[in-house]
Amino acid sequence: MDNLLANGPKVINIGLRSFFEACESQGVPSVYIQWQPPAQGNQELLHLLDKLL
Amino acid sequence: MVIVKNMEVKQKIEAANQDALCKMWNVKPILVDIDLAKNVIPGMDSKTILHAGPPIEWERMCGPTQGAIAGILVYENLVNSIDEGYKLAASGEIKFDCNHDHDTVGPMTGITSPNQPVFILEDPDTIKRAFCTLNEGRGKVLRFGGWGKDVLERLNWMKETLAPTLKKAIKHSKEGIDIKAIISESLHMGDEAHNRNRAGTYLFMSEITPHLLDTTDSATVNEVFLFMKENADIFNLNLSMPHSKLIADATRDIEFCSLMVAMARNGTDIGIQIAGLGRQWFTSPATMVEGLYFPGYSEVDACPDLGDSTISEVIGIGGFAMAASPAIVSFVGGSASDAIARTEQMYEISIDESKSFTIPVLNFRGTPTGVDIRLVVELNQTPLINTGIAHKEAGIGQIGAGLTAAPIEMFHDALKAFGKKYLS
Repeated sequence: MDNLLANGPKVINIGLRSFFEACESQGVPSVYIQWQPPAQGNQELLHLLDKLL
Repeated sequence: MVIVKNMEVKQKIEAANQDALCKMWNVKPILVDIDLAKNVIPGMDSKTILHAGPPIEWERMCGPTQGAIAGILVYENLVNSIDEGYKLAASGEIKFDCNHDHDTVGPMTGITSPNQPVFILEDPDTIKRAFCTLNEGRGKVLRFGGWGKDVLERLNWMKETLAPTLKKAIKHSKEGIDIKAIISESLHMGDEAHNRNRAGTYLFMSEITPHLLDTTDSATVNEVFLFMKENADIFNLNLSMPHSKLIADATRDIEFCSLMVAMARNGTDIGIQIAGLGRQWFTSPATMVEGLYFPGYSEVDACPDLGDSTISEVIGIGGFAMAASPAIVSFVGGSASDAIARTEQMYEISIDESKSFTIPVLNFRGTPTGVDIRLVVELNQTPLINTGIAHKEAGIGQIGAGLTAAPIEMFHDALKAFGKKYLS
């Protein structure tokens, strides 16, 4: 925590790109990883994918 | 027991998909002839008009498709004017069907009528064929719903001069023209073979010219040569598309195959077919295309996405091979690095890399090939498309070009149908 407060955060952002863009615009070292829930979290499709993939 | 059954289904899908890939690699589309559609296209008769995309009834067709149909009825001498063409088309006397279900493809409205000449591509091993009309060039042309005296004159010249001249040359070549070799090489020369076809056209011209010179008088050769040269950026599309159709159709009707075998748009709907699900279409509303417009036009003038040309993306060229074509971004928008990123995205939903089409800037990596609906749904990543844009009203033609992505909903429906068929 002391290190975080003294040196500032380094961010790994998974998912919503706007968080990454907000960090980047404030000069915070950031990495963006594109991710979203499989099948958009649709339970019926997830159930099918579990059997087919 | 259920787990064992699910494992068996998964193994069958994997085996079917590998079988499909092998069949695709083995297809060798050769341009063997040109003939009138009524003489060669299965199911074509004097009152049948084929169109792009999934099936659609007259009332729901977009403006450019209705306009192109009214125009082609004049060309077919079934009516004397465009107004009469609209009336005849709406009367129920004309049978409409989609190109894909007749071994045919067509760019934009994709109109294919009985007396239009079509390229005939054939795979020598299977003797399967695919068909496509000859390309008219850009601007005010029938396939974008453009109409006028100039459009009719060009279509008649294509029938009376261009097609017979090319036919003689193709026949003179004895073995036909290897279109796969041309497309493969064109990807190394800056084409992606959907919206940029300049290298492919020049390669085709270099193959056909010796045979043209041996079979036709120099004045006619000059006329034909100039037409291809002036339309070099698009002429080869109508050879690339049936080539892609022939390759994609090698995967048709493979039980348990979860790969996309067709994707096409009619300006109202976009549809896909899946190799393991027969001829059933899964559709969503056609998307709008984001792109660059010709002077005087903007997105308010645009028709939704249109044409069978997404058969290119089905086999891993076009939007899937944009990294091969930095120059394409000057036509469809974006940057050269965007083009590379779009190709890289498509590897995520494809099960393999092409053995025929490679990308120099990616160290000759094969293009993403074999779109698996399971991956599309899991990753919520749909096929990316680059395409021309037609004016939403008939009679005007092309107003730009750009990029879009297939909607996800039809892939959801296809996966549900796939599960229903193979898990029950």
